[in-house]
Parts: sequence; C-alpha cells; structure tokens
Amino acid sequence: MTTYDASFRVWRGDTGGGALEDFKVEVNEGEVVLDIIHRLQATQVPDLAVRWNCKAGKCGSCSAEINGRPRLMCMTRMSVFSHEETITVTPLRAFPVVRDLVTDVSFNYQKAREVPAFVPPKGVAAGEYRMQQVDVERSQEFRKCIECFLCQDTCHVVRDHEENKGAFAGPRFLMRIAELDMHPLDAADETGLDRKRTAQDEHGLGYCNITKCCTEVCPEHIKITDNALIPLKERAVDRKYDPLVWLGNKIGRRSGS
Amino acid sequence: MTQLERQQWDVVVVGAGGAGLRAAIEAREQGARTAVICKSLFGKAHTVMAEGGIAASMGNVNSGDNWQVHFRDTMRGGKFLNQWRMAELHAREAPDRVWELETWGALFDRTADGRISQRNFGGHEYPRLAHVGDRTGLELIRTLQQKIVSLQQDDKREFGDYEARLKVFQECTVTRVLKEDDRVSGAFCYERESGRFFVLEAPAVVLATGGIGKSFKVTSNSWEYTGDGHALALLAGAPLLNMEFVQFHPTGMVWPPSVKGILVTESVRGDGGVLRNSDGKRFMFDYVPDVFKEKYAESEEEGDRWYEDPDHNRRPPELLPRDEVARAINSEVKAGRGSPHGGVFLDVSTRMPAEVIRRRLPSMHHQFKELADVDITVEPMEVGPTCHYVMGGIAVESDTAAARGVPGLFAAGEVAGGMHGSNRLGGNSLSDLLVFGRRAGLHAAEYASALAGARPAVDEAQVDLAAAEALRPFSAEPQEGAAPENPYTLHQELQQAMNDLVGIIRRDAEMRQALEKLAELRVRARRAGVEGHRQFNPGWHLALDLRNMLLVSECVARAALERTESRGGHTREDWPAMDRSWRRANLLCRLADPTEGLAATDPVRGQIRLVREETEPIRADLLALFEKEELVKYLAEEELYE
Repeated sequence: MTTYDASFRVWRGDTGGGALEDFKVEVNEGEVVLDIIHRLQATQVPDLAVRWNCKAGKCGSCSAEINGRPRLMCMTRMSVFSHEETITVTPLRAFPVVRDLVTDVSFNYQKAREVPAFVPPKGVAAGEYRMQQVDVERSQEFRKCIECFLCQDTCHVVRDHEENKGAFAGPRFLMRIAELDMHPLDAADETGLDRKRTAQDEHGLGYCNITKCCTEVCPEHIKITDNALIPLKERAVDRKYDPLVWLGNKIGRRSGS
Repeated sequence: MTQLERQQWDVVVVGAGGAGLRAAIEAREQGARTAVICKSLFGKAHTVMAEGGIAASMGNVNSGDNWQVHFRDTMRGGKFLNQWRMAELHAREAPDRVWELETWGALFDRTADGRISQRNFGGHEYPRLAHVGDRTGLELIRTLQQKIVSLQQDDKREFGDYEARLKVFQECTVTRVLKEDDRVSGAFCYERESGRFFVLEAPAVVLATGGIGKSFKVTSNSWEYTGDGHALALLAGAPLLNMEFVQFHPTGMVWPPSVKGILVTESVRGDGGVLRNSDGKRFMFDYVPDVFKEKYAESEEEGDRWYEDPDHNRRPPELLPRDEVARAINSEVKAGRGSPHGGVFLDVSTRMPAEVIRRRLPSMHHQFKELADVDITVEPMEVGPTCHYVMGGIAVESDTAAARGVPGLFAAGEVAGGMHGSNRLGGNSLSDLLVFGRRAGLHAAEYASALAGARPAVDEAQVDLAAAEALRPFSAEPQEGAAPENPYTLHQELQQAMNDLVGIIRRDAEMRQALEKLAELRVRARRAGVEGHRQFNPGWHLALDLRNMLLVSECVARAALERTESRGGHTREDWPAMDRSWRRANLLCRLADPTEGLAATDPVRGQIRLVREETEPIRADLLALFEKEELVKYLAEEELYE
C-alpha cells in the first residue's frame, strides 16, 4: 500500500471571518478527500467542522469546494491529485458560512417549501394507481437527486448574486417543478395550478440561461438542463405565447388511469 | 435553574429517518402539534442508504403472495424469535403503507400492467420488494420529506406559519428524555450549530433514532448510528430486548480500506448475481442448513432456472437469509478460499448484459466505478460481511409501539426490538419503518391528547443535571497525572474491540475480554476532553455520543455472553447449534446503575443488568399457518403440545 503525506489547505473560520490553514496529513491508497478531513479531525484539529453522513455518495451531505470546484468530498478520490499538489478545501461559496466547511443551506429548504406539493388525482384510491414505466422514468431521473445542493452552489444566477436569491428557486427546485409537471398522475391543473407558468412567473425560470453548470457538477449525473429546465422553458414559452397549445394541453390531458 | 429556551409540543419525534418521519406525519394528521428533531439535515437520514426495496405482499408479480406468506417468511428469517404480533401486524399492513406513498407522489418501478413492480430478495418466497432501481431508501425518505413539506404548506395557508403544527429541528441532538415520576415530560436538546441548549416540553416522545453500527469498525452505517435512542430509553428506565442479535450483512465492500463496510445491495443477488470463492466455485450450495433444505435448489442448473420459472424450481442458495450467507462467506475466507482482499467474489458480469446491469443496479455500478475503480459489468466485486442492523432494541408493546414501563415513551423502526426476531429479512426494514412509524405516531398523539390539561411537568433538577452532563467534556481535568482522553481515539478503540470480540463469530472468553475493555473505556471516557467552543464542534458531539455507544455495546456483549446457543444474528463458536429451549427466552437489558452512568466501572457489575423473560406463546391461528414438521425444528416440546 502506498502512503504519503499530502499538503492540504482548509478554510477555517466562522461568521466573523476566517482564513485558509495549511496542513500536512497522511494519505493511504484508495482514500477520498473526506477520509483526509476525518484524519485531520482525529489527529490535528478535533473541532474542525464538516457535514457528512453516508460516505457513499448517497446522502449529499459532504458538499464542499475542492480546488474551487463544487464536489462531494466522499466521492473525490485522492488518486485524482498528484502527490505534490496542494489540495484546497473550502465551504460552498453560494451559502453563508456557519463554521469551517459547514454552511447555512436554509435557502434550499425555504425554496423547497415554495414549490406546491404533488396533487393526488381525485377518485383514484391508494392501490389503484396505474402508470407505465416509460411514463414514470422522466420524473424518476429527477428523483435521483440527493439534495447535495452543488447545482444551487454553482449556478451563476445566485453564486455571486445574493440579490437574485429571492426570485430564483435554483436548478434543484426548478427541476422539482419539472418532476411534478411530468408526473403521470399529478392533478395540479385541476386545482387551477399551472406548474409550467409558475416556474416562469414565481420561481425565476427566466433567469436561467442554460449554461449547464448545474448538470456538470451533478454527482448523480442528472441532465438537469437538458431534461428538466429546457423542456420546462419550452412549455412555458408555448403556454405564454400560444393559446392554441394551451387549450390543446388542457383538453387532451389524460386523467385517472 | 438553568436559563434556556423552552417550547411546548404535543409529540416530539427523535429521528428523521423513515420511522420518525412517518410517525410525525401520523401524529400531525391526528391533530397533535408535532416536533421532529434530528442530528443531520432534514432528508439526510440513514434511510437514504436502503437500496433493495420495501417488502409488502401486494402480489403484483406473483399473485400467490399474501400477508400469511409474508408472515411465515418473516418468522422463518427470524428463527421464530420474533414478537409474533409485530410480525403479523407488519405483514398485514405493509401493502397499505406502500400504496399510501404513491398518493404522496412516490414513483416506484412498474410492472407491464402499470402496477408497482416487485423484486426477489433473500428469504422471501415470492417477488415482494417494491423498489426504485437500487435507491429505494432515497425515494422513501424524499416522499416522506415532501409529504411533511406539504403538511407545512397546509399550515401556512391556514395559520400563516409553515411551522404552526409541524416543525423539524434539524442538526439538533437529544441527550436526555425528561420525566416527572415515571412519565415522560420532555426532552433535553442541544443545537449542533450553536451549541445552545433547549428543552422541548412534551408528554409523548417517539424514539426513532435507528441503530448502533458505529460501535463496530466495519459497518455500513453512517455516523449518526450511535445507539442514541437505545441509550435514551435505558436512561429513562425502559428495557432493551435481545440486544445480542446484530445483523452482519453478507456483502459489504472490502476494498479499498476507506470504503470497507459500505453496503453492496442484496438486489445484486436477487437479480441473479452469484457468490464464488477463489476456486471459482458457487460455494453457497454447501451451506444450506437443515431447516431450509427443502426450499433451496440443489444444483446450479435448478437455481438458474428459478429466475424464469419460480413455480417449478427452487431458489438458489445465494438467496438464503442474511445470517446464513454471512457465516458462509466468513467460513470460506477462513478456509483460505477468499478473494485477494479478504472477501469473496460477487459476480453479475457473467450473468446479465452490461446494459441490464446499468439499468437495474445503477447505484452499485456507480459506487464501484467511483470508489474502487471496478466496472461491475465486466468483472466481479469483492465483498465480505459488514455490521448492518441491530434486531434488538427497545422493548415495546406490539400494537401501540409504547416502550414498556415508561408512559409517554414510544419507539419505532430499528431502535425498537422484537419485530425481526434473531435476524431481519432484507426489505422488511423499510416496511417496518412505515408500519410501526405510523403506529407510534398514532398512539403517541392519542396518549398526548388523552392527558389534556394534566401534563407531566419538567423537573428543573433534571434539566440542570442534563446541562452539566453535556458540558463536562469542556472541563475534563487530568486525573492522577493522566491527560484528557481524545474522543476519536476512544471511539476507534471501542469499534476495534466490538468488531474483534463481539463480532460475527463469538466466543465466551472474548466476550468477557470485551466487557473488561468496555469497563476500561468507561473510565477513560469520563476524562474525554474537547478543544474549542460549542459551535459546530464535532469532537464535542462525539464525546457526548460515546456515552450512548458504551451503554449499548455493553448490552450487546452481556446479552451475547448469556445466550448459549447460535441463532440468526448471534453465532457462538462454543455453542454452534440452535437450541429450541432458547426460543422462548428473551433477554432484557436494564440500567443497573442508579447514578446513571457515573459509577460502576467494574467489568463484572457494569452498568447493565440482564433479566431473562419467557415470551407469550404464538397465537394458535398463526401457528396453524406452518406445517407441523417445520415447527418441530424450532419450537420446544412443550410448545408443540400446548
């Protein structure tokens, strides 16, 4: 097994400010960045704050920026860096720092609440839902999302523009709207809720200019831009400017089964 | 009197995994003002790691399935030690709990006729697991999370406040359940971000904190699994049941070292994957125990035919219950027929086309590619046993999920004991969370509402003690010249000891040694010190979690030493056979030490007292679901003639 000492620079600080600190730390074969952060905790800085949970890329807790790139620390292998390279780990830039690598991600929970929930179809009892695999697959792709918020962090609409946060839900929650919109049984429009229109009017879809940064950082490889945001934009445009499309969609909607 | 924030709620749910969220939804829908408190961010609970599926006898793929068959499989898997009433309720109610998720927006994989698809799994007679690829736990947690948000949206419309009747306190930890006399009065908590203490006053507390895996070195469990709910219950005076039964999942990753223990889903075998040793042999055919002989294929050909024609062939032995497969792998490695990194080979690459593997096992494909540089579509995985689940837990009333002996305390999910007997079947955990999460929420809400104006008061002395206990690591002083202990070092030593001495194969002398080690660690843990301040300080958090891990580890070691037989998740080298006379024996752990963990460093006495108890006989109509010839293998003579 090959073992070496790596150079790490880790941001340490809190709401009052902070700075990068240098560390030399042991690295063993097969390890990931999160292993090294844990070793720093156990041997050098026991109070180094970091979020993590599953350590298997499934929970989306250990998001940070590694050499400036938004990544999951548990899925970033040390073998992608040379032994000489200094590895810089900083907290997510789009969110306020709490302490060290931990940021205040409450923005995302606020946005989640603003997206109206799934509306069950009337007259279809539990156990009677029927959907074809091909019809559920589109929304299933979006439900792979582990809510690591890397897409929210990298999106240039809010990354350096705090002022846009109020009006913009961010890729993750625009994708949630797309997911519900494509859900085969969602009955939102029967309650008068037009998800496509609200994406544009209430959740800031128009701010997105499809640079695909969100898709690039997604650890689940969800095609956020191509499969969620662009179709949502097209539909929003259809609806906004073409009353015939609007009417056709309204009448032709499959209901129930 | 300690000055801190206090809030009043009807029901407090500790834990925001599947069981906790389902309990919270139910309590809120019953009209109770409900608070959920969890150590991580909302939606990150360990439930997200569940891969295979939710077991429920909907009969969508094989119409022969029904609750009775599911009940039978569950009892067999648990070697008849299950609290049979829980196993019955679970089998009866699981389908409704799954269908209900669809009405909240869940999107399961479908059958050709548009219903919920179901997959095969170890120990289940029919394809029974509702699933979404191999990320079912994520779908479950997200669906429940989104249901909670939708209830909060209702409250926003009605009261102008999302959190009027349902609030999630994320990244907060409960260190004590508070009581007035014998009844629950609330919970003492701290906020991880600020280190600030607060008290939630509530007559009903539901513990849904999951398992204990972080006391073992090789585990599939996340950092949160430090046995918090088990310890909170013990400290509140409730007993734990059958803590010796710990499930070692047969297939965890073994390489590289940093991912050792991470789960490789049983779906790999359910969908056709096979286990081979270094000779290339499918060794599981050599390990079918007598009680399962008639149910499993005797040749590779028969086993392979079963995937296509399950009605005329028997299932391959790779799909035996987990305890059997884990022991078999352990034996092969010990006999020198293991893989290069000390596991065995699990292969799908020769069993199905690459594109099918990528579709049916996307997370596994991703996980091995990213973490081990292994492409499972062209080469086998290396796997070995990993500590995965604890069958033991808080002793509860089967119907109400009420903890025994402490009015107002409830428990659901992995933290509750009894449902799975000595070994849990894959897929029965997610269904357990839903069935008993709902029941716990329902009965907690009813209990709180029945108390009306006569709620137990919070005892200020308990609040002061809890605050002092939580602050102790900051003032750890050197004793007799010894420096403060590093909590990370203590944790590593605990994990090593439990792994080596109370692991998958157990021996009398080693478990005694484990008790000595635990006593030593208890003494040292009193000197665990931390640096820095109270804001988001992981060293401090770990120092506090150590109390729980030490308590729970002692329960496991003590109960394992006492049970002189091998059954399910408890294997004794010195007592290798299952003993029918032990079937009715339950081992209850209680806190022995009235000072609640501050004294008793003596390994013989310890902090835990064991009580042996006989279970209720299995109800006659449930026994009648089995053939007499099968029952003879499990039940004691006198039970058969009752």
